[in-house]
Amino acid sequence: MNAPFYKFDLFGFDVSLIIAFVIGIGFGFALERGGFGSARILAAQFYFTNMRVLKVMFTAIVTAMLGVFYLSFIGYLDLSLVYISDTYIIPQVVGGLILGMGFIIGGYCPGTSFVAFSTGKKDAVFFILGVTFGVFIFAELYPFIEVFYYSTNMGRVTLPDFFGLSYGMVVFLVVLMALGAFAAAEWGERVMAKKGESK
Amino acid sequence: MVLTEKIEEVIEWLGEKMTALTHILAKIKLQVTDNEHTSSHIEAKPYSNPYYVGFGLGLVLLAAFVIMGRGLGASGAVSSVVTFGVNAIAPEYAQSNDYFSTYIGDGSVSPLKDWLVFEVLGVIFGGFLSGMLAGRVKGGVEKGPRVKTRTRFIFAFIGGTLMGFGAKLARGCTSGQALTGGALLGLGSWAFMLAVFAGGYALAYFMRRQWT
Repeated sequence: MNAPFYKFDLFGFDVSLIIAFVIGIGFGFALERGGFGSARILAAQFYFTNMRVLKVMFTAIVTAMLGVFYLSFIGYLDLSLVYISDTYIIPQVVGGLILGMGFIIGGYCPGTSFVAFSTGKKDAVFFILGVTFGVFIFAELYPFIEVFYYSTNMGRVTLPDFFGLSYGMVVFLVVLMALGAFAAAEWGERVMAKKGESK
Repeated sequence: MVLTEKIEEVIEWLGEKMTALTHILAKIKLQVTDNEHTSSHIEAKPYSNPYYVGFGLGLVLLAAFVIMGRGLGASGAVSSVVTFGVNAIAPEYAQSNDYFSTYIGDGSVSPLKDWLVFEVLGVIFGGFLSGMLAGRVKGGVEKGPRVKTRTRFIFAFIGGTLMGFGAKLARGCTSGQALTGGALLGLGSWAFMLAVFAGGYALAYFMRRQWT
Protein backbone atom coordinates (compact mmCIF):
# COMPACT_ATOMS: atom_id res chain seq x y z
CA MET A 1 0.00 0.00 0.00
CA ASN A 2 1.46 3.31 -1.10
CA ALA A 3 -1.55 5.30 -2.16
CA PRO A 4 -3.37 7.63 -1.61
CA PHE A 5 -0.10 9.54 -1.14
CA TYR A 6 -1.69 12.33 0.87
CA LYS A 7 -3.13 9.89 3.41
CA PHE A 8 0.33 8.36 3.84
CA ASP A 9 1.72 11.82 4.67
CA LEU A 10 3.95 12.11 1.64
CA PHE A 11 3.23 15.84 1.67
CA GLY A 12 1.29 18.34 3.77
CA PHE A 13 -1.83 20.45 3.38
CA ASP A 14 -0.09 23.41 1.73
CA VAL A 15 1.46 21.24 -0.96
CA SER A 16 -1.94 19.64 -1.52
CA LEU A 17 -3.26 23.05 -2.58
CA ILE A 18 -0.69 23.26 -5.36
CA ILE A 19 -1.64 19.76 -6.42
CA ALA A 20 -5.27 20.88 -6.40
CA PHE A 21 -4.41 23.67 -8.83
CA VAL A 22 -2.53 21.31 -11.17
CA ILE A 23 -5.28 18.67 -11.11
CA GLY A 24 -7.80 21.46 -11.71
CA ILE A 25 -5.90 22.50 -14.84
CA GLY A 26 -6.24 18.96 -16.19
CA PHE A 27 -9.92 18.94 -15.27
CA GLY A 28 -10.65 22.28 -16.91
CA PHE A 29 -8.60 21.42 -19.99
CA ALA A 30 -10.52 18.17 -20.50
CA LEU A 31 -13.90 19.86 -20.01
CA GLU A 32 -13.08 22.51 -22.59
CA ARG A 33 -11.77 19.94 -25.09
CA GLY A 34 -15.00 18.04 -24.68
CA GLY A 35 -17.07 21.07 -25.61
CA PHE A 36 -18.43 21.52 -22.10
CA GLY A 37 -17.72 25.23 -22.14
CA SER A 38 -20.70 25.53 -24.47
CA ALA A 39 -24.19 25.50 -22.95
CA ARG A 40 -25.71 24.62 -26.32
CA ILE A 41 -23.66 21.43 -26.51
CA LEU A 42 -24.51 20.56 -22.91
CA ALA A 43 -28.22 21.21 -23.49
CA ALA A 44 -28.17 19.19 -26.74
CA GLN A 45 -27.75 16.11 -24.55
CA PHE A 46 -31.36 16.57 -23.44
CA TYR A 47 -32.64 16.78 -27.04
CA PHE A 48 -30.68 13.71 -28.21
CA THR A 49 -28.96 15.76 -30.92
CA ASN A 50 -25.48 15.62 -29.39
CA MET A 51 -24.66 12.98 -26.79
CA ARG A 52 -21.17 14.22 -25.90
CA VAL A 53 -22.08 14.70 -22.24
CA LEU A 54 -23.01 11.06 -21.84
CA LYS A 55 -20.02 9.82 -23.86
CA VAL A 56 -17.43 11.90 -22.02
CA MET A 57 -18.93 11.29 -18.58
CA PHE A 58 -19.29 7.55 -18.90
CA THR A 59 -15.86 7.11 -20.51
CA ALA A 60 -14.34 9.08 -17.63
CA ILE A 61 -16.25 7.11 -15.00
CA VAL A 62 -15.29 3.77 -16.58
CA THR A 63 -11.62 4.80 -16.95
CA ALA A 64 -11.29 5.96 -13.34
CA MET A 65 -13.33 3.03 -12.05
CA LEU A 66 -11.14 0.48 -13.83
CA GLY A 67 -8.01 2.26 -12.62
CA VAL A 68 -9.19 2.29 -9.01
CA PHE A 69 -10.29 -1.34 -9.25
CA TYR A 70 -6.95 -2.46 -10.69
CA LEU A 71 -4.79 -0.42 -8.31
CA SER A 72 -6.68 -1.64 -5.26
CA PHE A 73 -6.62 -5.21 -6.60
CA ILE A 74 -2.82 -5.26 -6.84
CA GLY A 75 -2.65 -3.70 -3.38
CA TYR A 76 -1.24 -0.32 -4.43
CA LEU A 77 -4.24 1.82 -3.52
CA ASP A 78 -5.98 1.51 -0.17
CA LEU A 79 -9.60 2.07 -1.16
CA SER A 80 -10.73 2.47 2.45
CA LEU A 81 -8.68 5.70 2.57
CA VAL A 82 -10.35 7.16 -0.54
CA TYR A 83 -13.19 9.47 0.43
CA ILE A 84 -16.61 8.22 -0.63
CA SER A 85 -19.43 10.46 0.55
CA ASP A 86 -22.09 8.83 2.71
CA THR A 87 -25.41 8.07 1.09
CA TYR A 88 -28.43 10.11 2.20
CA ILE A 89 -30.70 8.66 -0.42
CA ILE A 90 -33.80 10.90 -0.39
CA PRO A 91 -32.07 14.30 -0.12
CA GLN A 92 -29.63 13.18 -2.81
CA VAL A 93 -32.37 12.16 -5.23
CA VAL A 94 -34.33 15.37 -4.56
CA GLY A 95 -31.14 17.41 -4.90
CA GLY A 96 -30.38 15.59 -8.15
CA LEU A 97 -33.81 16.39 -9.59
CA ILE A 98 -33.46 20.09 -8.68
CA LEU A 99 -29.97 20.12 -10.12
CA GLY A 100 -31.13 18.44 -13.35
CA MET A 101 -33.81 21.09 -13.78
CA GLY A 102 -31.25 23.77 -13.09
CA PHE A 103 -29.06 22.19 -15.74
CA ILE A 104 -31.60 22.48 -18.58
CA ILE A 105 -32.76 25.93 -17.47
CA GLY A 106 -29.31 27.36 -16.81
CA GLY A 107 -27.34 25.42 -19.40
CA TYR A 108 -24.34 24.56 -17.22
CA CYS A 109 -23.33 22.77 -14.07
CA PRO A 110 -20.92 24.46 -11.63
CA GLY A 111 -17.73 22.92 -13.10
CA THR A 112 -18.61 23.60 -16.72
CA SER A 113 -19.76 27.15 -15.95
CA PHE A 114 -16.21 28.00 -14.81
CA VAL A 115 -14.85 26.70 -18.12
CA ALA A 116 -17.48 28.67 -20.04
CA PHE A 117 -16.53 31.75 -18.02
CA SER A 118 -12.84 31.29 -18.78
CA THR A 119 -13.58 31.10 -22.50
CA GLY A 120 -15.52 34.33 -22.29
CA LYS A 121 -19.18 33.21 -22.30
CA LYS A 122 -21.26 36.01 -20.79
CA ASP A 123 -24.20 33.82 -19.78
CA ALA A 124 -21.81 31.79 -17.61
CA VAL A 125 -21.27 34.86 -15.41
CA PHE A 126 -25.00 35.02 -14.66
CA PHE A 127 -25.04 31.30 -14.04
CA ILE A 128 -22.15 31.48 -11.56
CA LEU A 129 -23.88 34.37 -9.76
CA GLY A 130 -26.97 32.15 -9.61
CA VAL A 131 -25.02 29.26 -8.10
CA THR A 132 -23.60 31.62 -5.50
CA PHE A 133 -27.08 32.87 -4.71
CA GLY A 134 -28.44 29.30 -4.52
CA VAL A 135 -25.77 28.31 -2.01
CA PHE A 136 -26.59 31.41 0.03
CA ILE A 137 -30.32 30.52 0.00
CA PHE A 138 -29.48 27.00 1.12
CA ALA A 139 -27.45 28.29 4.06
CA GLU A 140 -30.30 30.68 4.97
CA LEU A 141 -32.88 27.90 4.91
CA TYR A 142 -30.55 25.39 6.55
CA PRO A 143 -32.25 25.49 10.00
CA PHE A 144 -35.54 24.49 8.36
CA ILE A 145 -34.18 21.72 6.14
CA GLU A 146 -31.53 20.34 8.45
CA VAL A 147 -33.69 17.39 9.50
CA PHE A 148 -34.42 16.50 5.88
CA TYR A 149 -30.77 17.04 4.92
CA TYR A 150 -29.67 14.38 7.41
CA SER A 151 -32.56 11.99 6.76
CA THR A 152 -32.27 8.49 5.23
CA ASN A 153 -28.61 8.15 6.12
CA MET A 154 -27.29 4.83 4.84
CA GLY A 155 -23.63 5.43 5.64
CA ARG A 156 -20.73 4.66 3.30
CA VAL A 157 -22.60 2.28 1.02
CA THR A 158 -21.54 1.29 -2.49
CA LEU A 159 -23.33 -0.52 -5.30
CA PRO A 160 -21.55 -3.82 -4.51
CA ASP A 161 -22.70 -3.52 -0.85
CA PHE A 162 -26.23 -2.65 -1.82
CA PHE A 163 -26.78 -5.35 -4.43
CA GLY A 164 -24.72 -7.98 -2.60
CA LEU A 165 -22.46 -8.46 -5.62
CA SER A 166 -18.68 -8.61 -5.75
CA TYR A 167 -16.75 -5.43 -6.58
CA GLY A 168 -15.43 -7.00 -9.80
CA MET A 169 -18.91 -8.02 -10.89
CA VAL A 170 -20.30 -4.49 -10.51
CA VAL A 171 -17.31 -3.07 -12.39
CA PHE A 172 -18.00 -5.53 -15.20
CA LEU A 173 -21.71 -4.63 -15.30
CA VAL A 174 -20.98 -0.89 -15.35
CA VAL A 175 -18.60 -1.41 -18.30
CA LEU A 176 -21.31 -3.38 -20.13
CA MET A 177 -23.87 -0.68 -19.38
CA ALA A 178 -21.52 2.04 -20.62
CA LEU A 179 -20.85 0.18 -23.88
CA GLY A 180 -24.59 -0.22 -24.35
CA ALA A 181 -25.11 3.49 -23.66
CA PHE A 182 -22.40 4.43 -26.20
CA ALA A 183 -24.02 2.27 -28.88
CA ALA A 184 -27.43 3.79 -28.11
CA ALA A 185 -25.96 7.31 -28.18
CA GLU A 186 -24.31 6.80 -31.59
CA TRP A 187 -27.54 5.36 -32.95
CA GLY A 188 -29.64 8.17 -31.43
CA GLU A 189 -27.42 10.85 -32.95
CA ARG A 190 -27.72 9.28 -36.41
CA VAL A 191 -31.51 9.12 -36.13
CA MET A 192 -31.73 12.74 -34.98
CA ALA A 193 -29.38 13.86 -37.78
CA LYS A 194 -31.64 12.22 -40.37
CA LYS A 195 -34.68 13.80 -38.77
CA GLY A 196 -32.95 17.16 -38.97
CA GLU A 197 -32.22 16.71 -42.70
CA SER A 198 -35.76 15.77 -43.59
CA LYS A 199 -37.13 18.92 -41.96
CA MET B 1 8.29 27.53 8.85
CA VAL B 2 10.17 28.26 5.67
CA LEU B 3 7.99 25.95 3.63
CA THR B 4 4.78 27.65 4.74
CA GLU B 5 6.21 31.04 3.74
CA LYS B 6 7.19 29.66 0.36
CA ILE B 7 3.69 28.28 -0.15
CA GLU B 8 2.18 31.61 0.78
CA GLU B 9 4.44 33.26 -1.78
CA VAL B 10 3.23 30.83 -4.40
CA ILE B 11 -0.40 31.44 -3.45
CA GLU B 12 0.17 35.18 -3.78
CA TRP B 13 1.87 34.63 -7.11
CA LEU B 14 -1.07 32.54 -8.32
CA GLY B 15 -3.43 35.29 -7.25
CA GLU B 16 -1.50 37.85 -9.30
CA LYS B 17 -1.50 35.54 -12.31
CA MET B 18 -5.24 35.09 -12.09
CA THR B 19 -5.74 38.84 -12.08
CA ALA B 20 -3.42 39.17 -15.05
CA LEU B 21 -5.36 36.42 -16.78
CA THR B 22 -8.66 38.21 -16.43
CA HIS B 23 -7.06 41.31 -17.95
CA ILE B 24 -5.85 39.28 -20.92
CA LEU B 25 -9.29 37.75 -21.18
CA ALA B 26 -10.91 41.17 -21.23
CA LYS B 27 -8.54 42.33 -23.99
CA ILE B 28 -9.26 39.28 -26.10
CA LYS B 29 -12.96 39.86 -25.72
CA LEU B 30 -12.52 43.40 -26.97
CA GLN B 31 -10.50 42.16 -29.95
CA VAL B 32 -13.17 39.65 -30.80
CA THR B 33 -15.85 42.32 -30.79
CA ASP B 34 -13.66 44.40 -33.09
CA ASN B 35 -13.23 41.46 -35.40
CA GLU B 36 -16.96 40.96 -35.56
CA HIS B 37 -17.29 44.37 -37.16
CA THR B 38 -14.73 43.61 -39.84
CA SER B 39 -16.12 40.07 -40.06
CA SER B 40 -12.68 38.43 -40.00
CA HIS B 41 -13.18 35.58 -37.57
CA ILE B 42 -10.42 33.34 -36.31
CA GLU B 43 -11.51 29.83 -37.18
CA ALA B 44 -12.23 27.79 -34.04
CA LYS B 45 -11.06 24.19 -34.11
CA PRO B 46 -13.76 21.54 -33.67
CA TYR B 47 -14.07 19.86 -30.27
CA SER B 48 -12.08 16.69 -29.65
CA ASN B 49 -13.31 13.11 -29.86
CA PRO B 50 -15.54 12.62 -26.78
CA TYR B 51 -14.16 9.17 -25.98
CA TYR B 52 -10.55 10.46 -25.93
CA VAL B 53 -11.63 13.39 -23.79
CA GLY B 54 -13.45 11.04 -21.41
CA PHE B 55 -10.36 8.86 -21.14
CA GLY B 56 -8.23 11.90 -20.31
CA LEU B 57 -10.75 13.14 -17.79
CA GLY B 58 -10.84 9.67 -16.23
CA LEU B 59 -7.06 9.74 -15.84
CA VAL B 60 -7.23 13.15 -14.13
CA LEU B 61 -9.85 11.77 -11.76
CA LEU B 62 -7.76 8.66 -11.13
CA ALA B 63 -4.75 10.86 -10.37
CA ALA B 64 -6.83 12.71 -7.78
CA PHE B 65 -7.78 9.41 -6.13
CA VAL B 66 -4.21 8.11 -6.08
CA ILE B 67 -2.48 11.33 -5.03
CA MET B 68 -5.12 12.86 -2.74
CA GLY B 69 -7.52 10.09 -1.78
CA ARG B 70 -10.41 12.23 -2.97
CA GLY B 71 -12.09 13.12 -6.25
CA LEU B 72 -12.94 16.29 -8.14
CA GLY B 73 -15.50 18.93 -7.25
CA ALA B 74 -16.82 22.36 -8.08
CA SER B 75 -19.83 23.42 -5.99
CA GLY B 76 -17.86 23.06 -2.74
CA ALA B 77 -15.60 25.88 -3.89
CA VAL B 78 -18.62 28.16 -4.28
CA SER B 79 -19.66 27.33 -0.70
CA SER B 80 -16.22 28.38 0.52
CA VAL B 81 -16.38 31.64 -1.41
CA VAL B 82 -19.91 32.41 -0.18
CA THR B 83 -18.84 31.65 3.40
CA PHE B 84 -15.82 33.90 2.99
CA GLY B 85 -18.00 36.69 1.64
CA VAL B 86 -20.65 36.46 4.35
CA ASN B 87 -18.00 36.15 7.04
CA ALA B 88 -16.25 39.26 5.74
CA ILE B 89 -19.44 41.34 5.66
CA ALA B 90 -21.23 40.03 8.77
CA PRO B 91 -18.89 37.82 10.83
CA GLU B 92 -21.23 37.48 13.81
CA TYR B 93 -24.07 36.40 11.63
CA ALA B 94 -21.91 33.92 9.70
CA GLN B 95 -20.75 32.29 12.91
CA SER B 96 -24.30 32.01 14.21
CA ASN B 97 -25.49 30.27 11.04
CA ASP B 98 -25.10 26.50 11.43
CA TYR B 99 -24.16 26.01 7.81
CA PHE B 100 -21.56 28.76 7.45
CA SER B 101 -20.01 28.01 10.84
CA THR B 102 -18.98 24.50 9.71
CA TYR B 103 -17.07 26.07 6.83
CA ILE B 104 -15.46 28.68 9.07
CA GLY B 105 -14.35 26.13 11.66
CA ASP B 106 -12.34 27.66 14.50
CA GLY B 107 -11.49 30.62 12.28
CA SER B 108 -7.75 29.99 12.20
CA VAL B 109 -7.74 29.13 8.50
CA SER B 110 -9.45 31.24 5.83
CA PRO B 111 -12.37 29.46 4.12
CA LEU B 112 -10.58 30.26 0.85
CA LYS B 113 -7.59 28.13 1.83
CA ASP B 114 -9.46 25.11 0.65
CA TRP B 115 -8.62 22.23 -1.70
CA LEU B 116 -11.61 22.80 -3.97
CA VAL B 117 -11.04 26.55 -4.23
CA PHE B 118 -7.55 25.91 -5.62
CA GLU B 119 -8.83 23.13 -7.84
CA VAL B 120 -11.45 25.44 -9.35
CA LEU B 121 -8.81 28.13 -9.97
CA GLY B 122 -7.01 25.40 -11.91
CA VAL B 123 -10.21 24.57 -13.81
CA ILE B 124 -10.57 28.19 -14.89
CA PHE B 125 -6.94 28.31 -15.98
CA GLY B 126 -7.06 24.91 -17.71
CA GLY B 127 -10.25 25.75 -19.57
CA PHE B 128 -8.77 29.03 -20.72
CA LEU B 129 -5.57 27.32 -21.85
CA SER B 130 -7.44 24.71 -23.87
CA GLY B 131 -9.72 27.35 -25.37
CA MET B 132 -6.77 29.55 -26.34
CA LEU B 133 -4.93 26.71 -28.04
CA ALA B 134 -8.01 25.88 -30.09
CA GLY B 135 -9.05 29.45 -30.89
CA ARG B 136 -12.24 29.07 -28.89
CA VAL B 137 -11.92 31.96 -26.44
CA LYS B 138 -14.40 34.09 -28.29
CA GLY B 139 -16.89 35.40 -25.78
CA GLY B 140 -20.51 35.62 -26.79
CA VAL B 141 -23.69 34.18 -25.30
CA GLU B 142 -24.69 30.53 -25.47
CA LYS B 143 -28.32 30.26 -26.56
CA GLY B 144 -30.61 29.14 -29.34
CA PRO B 145 -31.63 31.59 -32.10
CA ARG B 146 -35.17 32.04 -30.75
CA VAL B 147 -34.46 33.73 -27.41
CA LYS B 148 -33.23 37.20 -26.54
CA THR B 149 -29.93 37.62 -24.75
CA ARG B 150 -31.64 39.14 -21.74
CA THR B 151 -33.98 36.16 -21.44
CA ARG B 152 -30.98 33.86 -21.60
CA PHE B 153 -29.24 35.77 -18.80
CA ILE B 154 -32.34 35.52 -16.58
CA PHE B 155 -32.64 31.79 -17.22
CA ALA B 156 -28.92 31.30 -16.57
CA PHE B 157 -29.33 32.98 -13.19
CA ILE B 158 -32.46 30.97 -12.27
CA GLY B 159 -30.86 27.71 -13.40
CA GLY B 160 -27.71 28.54 -11.47
CA THR B 161 -29.73 29.23 -8.34
CA LEU B 162 -31.49 25.86 -8.59
CA MET B 163 -28.13 24.24 -9.29
CA GLY B 164 -26.48 25.79 -6.24
CA PHE B 165 -29.35 24.80 -3.97
CA GLY B 166 -29.64 21.29 -5.41
CA ALA B 167 -25.91 20.69 -5.19
CA LYS B 168 -25.89 21.62 -1.51
CA LEU B 169 -28.85 19.36 -0.79
CA ALA B 170 -27.27 16.44 -2.67
CA ARG B 171 -23.85 17.04 -1.08
CA GLY B 172 -22.17 17.65 -4.41
CA CYS B 173 -22.73 18.46 -8.06
CA THR B 174 -21.99 16.74 -11.34
CA SER B 175 -18.26 16.69 -10.54
CA GLY B 176 -18.32 15.73 -6.87
CA GLN B 177 -21.21 13.27 -6.95
CA ALA B 178 -21.84 11.98 -10.48
CA LEU B 179 -18.26 11.80 -11.73
CA THR B 180 -16.33 11.11 -8.52
CA GLY B 181 -18.94 9.05 -6.68
CA GLY B 182 -19.86 7.34 -9.94
CA ALA B 183 -16.31 6.03 -10.44
CA LEU B 184 -16.19 4.89 -6.79
CA LEU B 185 -19.57 3.16 -7.21
CA GLY B 186 -21.24 5.08 -4.37
CA LEU B 187 -24.94 4.24 -4.11
CA GLY B 188 -26.08 7.81 -3.42
CA SER B 189 -23.98 9.13 -6.30
CA TRP B 190 -25.57 6.77 -8.83
CA ALA B 191 -29.06 7.55 -7.57
CA PHE B 192 -28.13 11.24 -7.82
CA MET B 193 -26.85 10.84 -11.39
CA LEU B 194 -30.07 9.18 -12.55
CA ALA B 195 -32.08 11.93 -10.83
CA VAL B 196 -30.08 14.64 -12.64
CA PHE B 197 -30.82 13.11 -16.04
CA ALA B 198 -34.47 12.60 -15.03
CA GLY B 199 -34.82 16.24 -13.95
CA GLY B 200 -33.15 17.48 -17.13
CA TYR B 201 -35.21 15.37 -19.50
CA ALA B 202 -38.42 16.18 -17.62
CA LEU B 203 -38.02 19.90 -18.26
CA ALA B 204 -36.29 19.71 -21.66
CA TYR B 205 -39.52 19.99 -23.64
CA PHE B 206 -40.53 23.21 -21.86
CA MET B 207 -37.09 24.73 -22.32
CA ARG B 208 -36.76 23.95 -26.02
CA ARG B 209 -37.23 27.56 -27.11
CA GLN B 210 -34.07 28.53 -25.29
CA TRP B 211 -31.85 25.98 -27.01
CA THR B 212 -33.26 24.98 -30.38
